[in-house]
Amino acid sequence: MEARLGIYLVRRFFLMVLTLFGISVLVFVMLRLVPGNIADIVFNAAGMIDVAEKAKLEKELGLDQPIVVQYAQWISGLAHGDLGYSYVSEKPALQEIAPRIPITAKLAGLALTFAVIFGVPLGVISAVRQNTALDYVLRVISLSGLSMPAFWLGLLILMGFVAYFGTIPIYTNPPKGFWNTFLLFSIPAAAVGFRSSALVMRLTRSSMLEVLRQDYIRTARAKGAPNQSVYYRHALRNAMLPVVTVIGIEAAFLMGGLIVTETVFNIPGVARFLVEAIRWRDYPIVQNLVMFIAVVAVSINFLIDLLYAVLDPRIRYAK
Amino acid sequence: MIAKLIANVALAVAVSTIAQADEPKHGGILHIYHRETPPSLSIHEEATFSVNVPAMGLFNNLVIYDQHKPQNSMSDIVPELATSWAWDSANAVLTFKLREGVTWHDGKPFTAKDVKCTFDLLQDKAQDKFRKNPRRDLFNNVSEVTTNGDFEVALHLKRPQPSLLAMIASGYTPMYPCHLTPAQMRTHPIGTGPYKFVEFKQNESIKLARNENYWKKGLPYLDGIEYTIISNRATAVLAFVAGKVDMTFPTEMTSALIQDIKQQDPTAICEIKPINVNTNLIVNRENPPFDNIELRKAMALALDRKAFIDIIFQGQADAGGTLLPPPEGVWGMPPEILKTVPGYGDVNKDREQARAIMVKLGYGANNPLKIKVSTRNLATYRDPAVVLIDQLKTIYIDAELDPVESSQWFAKIARNDYSVGLNLTGNGIDDPDQAFYENYACGSERNYTHYCNKELEALFDKQSVETDVEKRKKMVWDIDKKLQEDVARPILMHARSGTCWKPYVKNMTIMNNSAYNGYRYDDLWLDK
Repeated sequence: MEARLGIYLVRRFFLMVLTLFGISVLVFVMLRLVPGNIADIVFNAAGMIDVAEKAKLEKELGLDQPIVVQYAQWISGLAHGDLGYSYVSEKPALQEIAPRIPITAKLAGLALTFAVIFGVPLGVISAVRQNTALDYVLRVISLSGLSMPAFWLGLLILMGFVAYFGTIPIYTNPPKGFWNTFLLFSIPAAAVGFRSSALVMRLTRSSMLEVLRQDYIRTARAKGAPNQSVYYRHALRNAMLPVVTVIGIEAAFLMGGLIVTETVFNIPGVARFLVEAIRWRDYPIVQNLVMFIAVVAVSINFLIDLLYAVLDPRIRYAK
Repeated sequence: MIAKLIANVALAVAVSTIAQADEPKHGGILHIYHRETPPSLSIHEEATFSVNVPAMGLFNNLVIYDQHKPQNSMSDIVPELATSWAWDSANAVLTFKLREGVTWHDGKPFTAKDVKCTFDLLQDKAQDKFRKNPRRDLFNNVSEVTTNGDFEVALHLKRPQPSLLAMIASGYTPMYPCHLTPAQMRTHPIGTGPYKFVEFKQNESIKLARNENYWKKGLPYLDGIEYTIISNRATAVLAFVAGKVDMTFPTEMTSALIQDIKQQDPTAICEIKPINVNTNLIVNRENPPFDNIELRKAMALALDRKAFIDIIFQGQADAGGTLLPPPEGVWGMPPEILKTVPGYGDVNKDREQARAIMVKLGYGANNPLKIKVSTRNLATYRDPAVVLIDQLKTIYIDAELDPVESSQWFAKIARNDYSVGLNLTGNGIDDPDQAFYENYACGSERNYTHYCNKELEALFDKQSVETDVEKRKKMVWDIDKKLQEDVARPILMHARSGTCWKPYVKNMTIMNNSAYNGYRYDDLWLDK
């Protein structure tokens, strides 16, 4: 059994490396397919194009080299921990990227916690109280969570704070201390987490409803198992498989996809920085940030695969 | 008697309170939101006031426009790093006496060598060159910069050019130190200004701290300025209303936003002013059928400038020629001359005339001229382009919008890969030399339409050497009128926009005729 699990893990790991290689090629090529490079943007900002100076800048940044050479240089640098220099700030890319990761991680972590804390229990309640008034209320709330655009909700929260409390919960300086950090991030996290919790809740509900109709649940009830035990010990564990998948996907998304929330709440995180870097065609920043997000996404998927094996023995034993 | 005494005491207390309130206070950090992450803080290498606003406080010029006179004009230029200046009798050598005892933020002394180095950089004569040098052409007329000891410097001109002083007074012409490279100035700028650079974090903030050794004794009043980068305007406005920032980014507020701010915070002080940025029509005169001047004239006659101003700026903009119109603009054509320019009179009559030209050229309601109007894919460009398309329909031109990815816009124009376009042109200073040579001189990089009229260019030179302001104005109006008649680059409107600040921010002056020159902020103070 352990040998099979080992093979399963090695196979998954190999797939992970292959995926990252594919992403690196894809992001590198796609960036260069987008019209314009940093030299175009730099001169565009000055309202002029000096062909000679533009060529000089392209040479200085190595953009005149064949694409294969550029790719090889990037990957070899990456292997040695050298992420290159930002074309815009002219600072090491690592120095630019590293401080933004904890900011986004805090926001994503809190949002995910919010999603799980509210989404899973409410999904279970909604399922076990199917077609009751409480179920309808919870379903309406979850639907509104899914359908409300993040920027609209974010702005509404900010306007509410300004109108009723005379203050605005946006990021202007790094917060000091645990509670200040928690307070600053909890509001945008709640805005993001509302949508995620709605998703988790709906999925938990439908998954629970499916499981609750299974024969073994009926057997458990027939054996006289109390409701709490039926719901949380027998049903929820089996219903969690698709929910865990979605939580994993959400976690990966939250690490790089919070552009709207980061913009509205002015959080200097990964997503906003990535969009800005794309606008400037700051290749070293974009490439390395996308790779970082890819590593996070792939690693989370890997962890979910492992979790599957823990949750469902059939996956562990399958050839 | 007692009542009179009480009244006198009360008056004395009130007067003393007012006097105290008007007495500048030292300390405090001024918080301003910044609309975007600027490309760098090296003013010489950039061409947006996103750089000037935070970076002007780091530097000094030789001379500068009086920071508390809203209208920038030649008579309001005051000394800064220079203590005085003098022209020779032929107006061809401009000599500056420099201030002694000034030091750069890193402690090194400022001397005439630094002035020469700055001009060498601007003219691409230095060994370490700028990555890009957008205002190189402004100083083409300077043949040589010579120093006489450490505190005197002379600019030798190829021909007399009184307005050179205006260019040197612009926020775009700070002095750079000799001992640092352009690359160092992009990442960690060092100046002689009232504030020292502390840090610049992309997407986050720019922090400046008080320069304790500033040569203006007792200044600056503020301990520092922090620019928080808030790219979402809705969030920025809310941050201002909530008091998270003391001031909006200069000239970033529309009249609708100002109304909203005043509703939520009636104490806010807001001003709407021209920013010397004009929206203009560019026609590729080298591509048929636009090589026909008659067709270009018809297009110019179709324009309803009032409609542009009402639709795009809710009435908060101005019609004018190349130069910013009066009263805020110094050199713009007065209304009585402007209304004599074709296309600035009765819109219905002008369009009648335009339709007649189009019919003569073989176009009509059933046979419209089909074109594309190219413009940068940004709202400030796209919105007027849509209005333009609508107006061109009235003269049998069936236009389609061609939004161009922002990064490709100037490359496309430089390649001449367009027929009709809509563009925005900002002027760093309100001076004819900058506007004429940059946008209309033969061969200039920013002369996008390749308009080239040697006779008119001779008039550019003639007005440029004229020292009598009133005489020069008349010459400038004639040139401007001719440019509009030649459909060189029809001006659709001159924008206005607003700035708001809290009442406790004191000594704030917003410039009337340039968005690039008024951010030294060395005597701003907070009455908190």
